[in-house]
Amino acid sequence: MAKASHDAVFMPDSAPILSKQDIAQRIERIAEAIRESCHGSPLALVGIHRRGVPLAERLFILLKSHYPELLLGRVDISLYRDDLKSLEIIPKLVGSDISFDLDGKHVILCDEVLHTGRTSRAAIDELLDYGRPKKVELAVLMDRGGRELPIYARYVGEEISVNPQQRVQVHFEEVDGEDAVYVQNGVRR
Amino acid sequence: MKPRKDLLDIQSLTDEEIEFVLSNAIPFKNLFKRSVKKVPTLRGSTVLTLFYEPSTRTRSSFEIAATRLSADVTNFSVNTSAVVKGESVLDTIATLEAMRTDYIVVRHGSTAIPNLIAKNTTASVINAGDGFHAHPTQALLDAFTLREVFGGDVRGSRIAFVGDIQHSRVARSTNLLCRRMGMSTSMLAPGSLIPRDMPPEIAVFQNWDQLHDWKPDVIYLLRVQMERLNVPFFPSIGEYHSIYGLTDERLKRVRDEGIYVMHPGPVNRGVELTDSVMNYERSLIDQQVENGIAVRMSVLYWLKPGSSIEEAKS
Repeated sequence: MAKASHDAVFMPDSAPILSKQDIAQRIERIAEAIRESCHGSPLALVGIHRRGVPLAERLFILLKSHYPELLLGRVDISLYRDDLKSLEIIPKLVGSDISFDLDGKHVILCDEVLHTGRTSRAAIDELLDYGRPKKVELAVLMDRGGRELPIYARYVGEEISVNPQQRVQVHFEEVDGEDAVYVQNGVRR
Repeated sequence: MKPRKDLLDIQSLTDEEIEFVLSNAIPFKNLFKRSVKKVPTLRGSTVLTLFYEPSTRTRSSFEIAATRLSADVTNFSVNTSAVVKGESVLDTIATLEAMRTDYIVVRHGSTAIPNLIAKNTTASVINAGDGFHAHPTQALLDAFTLREVFGGDVRGSRIAFVGDIQHSRVARSTNLLCRRMGMSTSMLAPGSLIPRDMPPEIAVFQNWDQLHDWKPDVIYLLRVQMERLNVPFFPSIGEYHSIYGLTDERLKRVRDEGIYVMHPGPVNRGVELTDSVMNYERSLIDQQVENGIAVRMSVLYWLKPGSSIEEAKS
C-alpha cells in the first residue's frame, strides 16, 4: 500500500462531524430508547470487537441502575467473517467473552458503525452458537446506510448520508485516545 | 499477521509468527467450553491427511481441529510398504492436486518430503513429522502447554528431555523452540541414542541423579521408538526401563521436587515410564493432547493456500 493512502486511513483529513459531547449525547439517547422499550426478559449488552466494545461498556454504565441484572459481553467475529480467504492480513484473535448463559436473554449487539450489515450478520451467527437468546437487536452509534444484507438497527445514535467511497470513522478514547467521529473521503488505490 | 502457505519446520518461523500462533490458540481453546464447539472459519475448504507412517493421535488431532473449523476432512490411505521413493510421492501429489484439496497434512519417514510436496502443490502443506527431522505442531503445542503452566512466561524455566533423542523429531523441534523461548534444556539418554550433532551447550547426563542435580522444572519423556530400532541401541527393554525409565521409585523424587512430566504420546508403559505416571498430578500428558487441537486450529487459521507448484513455475 502506498504511503499516502496508508496515512489517509489513520489521519483524519477533516474536522470531526461529532465531538466528544455529541457522542456522549447520542449514546445517552440510545440508552433512553433502550429504557423505553426493553422490559421483561433479562437484558445483555454484547459489544462487537473492537469499537463496539466501548459502546457496550458505556451503555452498560448508563443502564446499570435501571437494570440491576444487566449483563455485558463481547464477540470477536474473526472466525465468522465471510471474507477471511481474501484478506492479506490474518486478524489476531481476541476471542469472544460471553460468560453467561444466553438462553432466554434479550441481547443488544453494539457496534460503532453500521454499513453493509456483514459484521452484524457474523455477530448474530456467533451469538447463536453460544445459545438461544429470546431476542437479538442491534444498537449502533452511526448508521451510514449501504446495506448489503437485510439487517436493521433498532437503536441508532445518528444517521448519516455519505457516498459509497466515503468512510465513517468513529474514534473512542479507550481505543484511539479521543472521542470523535470523522467522515473521510475515499481511500483510493 | 501475513499468512504463510506452509508450515514445514520451526526454524523458518519468525518470533512474531510463533507468538501469533500461540496467542491465537487461547481463544480456540476457549471454544471447547461452548455448547457448539465448531466455528465456520474454513467452511468449504478441504483438509487432507496423508500419512506414510502410522500415527495414533496426531492424525486424529488434525482431523478434529479441521472439523471444528468446519472444513471437510479426508484421509488418503497410503500403502506404506509400496511408497518409499520421492518419485511416487510426486505422483500422489499430482492426484491430490487434481482433487483440489486446500490443506495437506503430511507425515513421512524421510526428511524433507513435506518440503518437496509443498513445492509441488498449491495447497498449504503442514508437516506432521518427517523422519528424524521436524514435527512443528508438536513443538508449538508443547510450547503452548509450557506457557499455560508457567503463566505465559517460560523464560528461565528448565526442561530435561529423557530417552531416545537420536530418533526423536519431537526432541529436535520442541528442544529448539524451548531454547528460542528462553528456556534451558538438557538431555538424559544412553550414549547410543544421543545425536552426534548435539550443540555443546546442551548438558547431557548419564543418570537420573545428575538430572536432579540440574534442578529441572519439567521432565519431557520421549517414546522409545521400537519401530525404528532395527539395530539394538541398548541391551533390553527391561534394562532401559531400570536405567532411564521413570520408575515408581524415581516418580517419588519427581513428585517431592514438584517436577512436571510431559510425553508426546503414545506411551510405552513399562518402558519409558511406569503406569503410575499417568495418574501423577503434575503430568501434563492429557493437557498436551487437548492443547494439540487448539494449536492445530490456530495453524490452519493462519495458513493460506495459493501459489507455488515451484512458485507457479516462475
